[in-house]
Amino acid sequence: MAAEAGAASAEHETSLGLSNEKLGMWVFIGSECLFFGAFIAAYILYVGSYGDAPEINPTTIYDIPFTSVSTFILLMSSLGVVLALAAAQQGNHRQMRTWLLATAIMGTVFLSGQVYEFTVFMAEGMTMSTSPFTTSFYVLTGFHGVHVAIGILLLLTLWARSLVGKLERRTTDIVENVGLYWHFVDIVWIVIFTVVYLIPAE
Amino acid sequence: MADTEISEQDVTGQEGGPAQVPSEEPTHHPSVGEYVEIGAILAVLTALEVALYYANIAPSITIPMLIALTIAKFILVVLWFMHLRFDSKVFRRFLWAGMVLAGLLYTAAIVLVGIAAG
Repeated sequence: MAAEAGAASAEHETSLGLSNEKLGMWVFIGSECLFFGAFIAAYILYVGSYGDAPEINPTTIYDIPFTSVSTFILLMSSLGVVLALAAAQQGNHRQMRTWLLATAIMGTVFLSGQVYEFTVFMAEGMTMSTSPFTTSFYVLTGFHGVHVAIGILLLLTLWARSLVGKLERRTTDIVENVGLYWHFVDIVWIVIFTVVYLIPAE
Repeated sequence: MADTEISEQDVTGQEGGPAQVPSEEPTHHPSVGEYVEIGAILAVLTALEVALYYANIAPSITIPMLIALTIAKFILVVLWFMHLRFDSKVFRRFLWAGMVLAGLLYTAAIVLVGIAAG
């Protein structure tokens, strides 16, 4: 019995004594820095290239109060996921599920805000192909939105599996790894919010 | 800091014996109170950023302040919410490696494209 437990434990540890899944998540996060770095660099390069639509530029198009509220909600969702982890560590699965669901809802509100923002921009004539500035904006914030959507699916999957009792083994590790992904999505937005929305283009 | 170092002896074992795998599992995670404090600090820093955007201050002052606030928020999330302050140094190295590589690569790209564009 003890040997079986030891074998099961060894399956999930590297020779450094680290969890394979957690190490994998950090390697993934390291690679994602390069992924988002490319889009942030492209945005910085093209933020002043307005093509044939000089009226569509960062000083005229962004709605800072709206995006500030979205940013606040995403930041608080990071707090939600660490509170879910704290509950998981205490073995309080009911509270863990509450925080997982709250985090997923905050992520959905953020994503809905992004969809609304894109809809408004499109209505004002700012499309993907309007100028290099608009292309780099949509690619950067769009890929971030896709990451948020994947995070919401992961959170809801954890919530649903816990609800039906299929998240009993290694709950803390799983919640921590999904939490790491969610925090990474959050820190990318921390950078995007400043670089794209707050720093003046001129 | 609760970092755990891995010595060569820990990994290879002694006198040709089996490898001794050190436990790298975190020994400490912040309390709920600490998490809420960090969340409150993040909210205040975001409010400061937005206030700076609307303050009628020269960009030469605003931009460095905005960058400093962003770095502060980034570090708070990474060290406390992602537990890098308490976890293994190996994880920290993966994040910094990715960030340093990205920083060098894309700074070079921005400079080179800027030069090419005149």
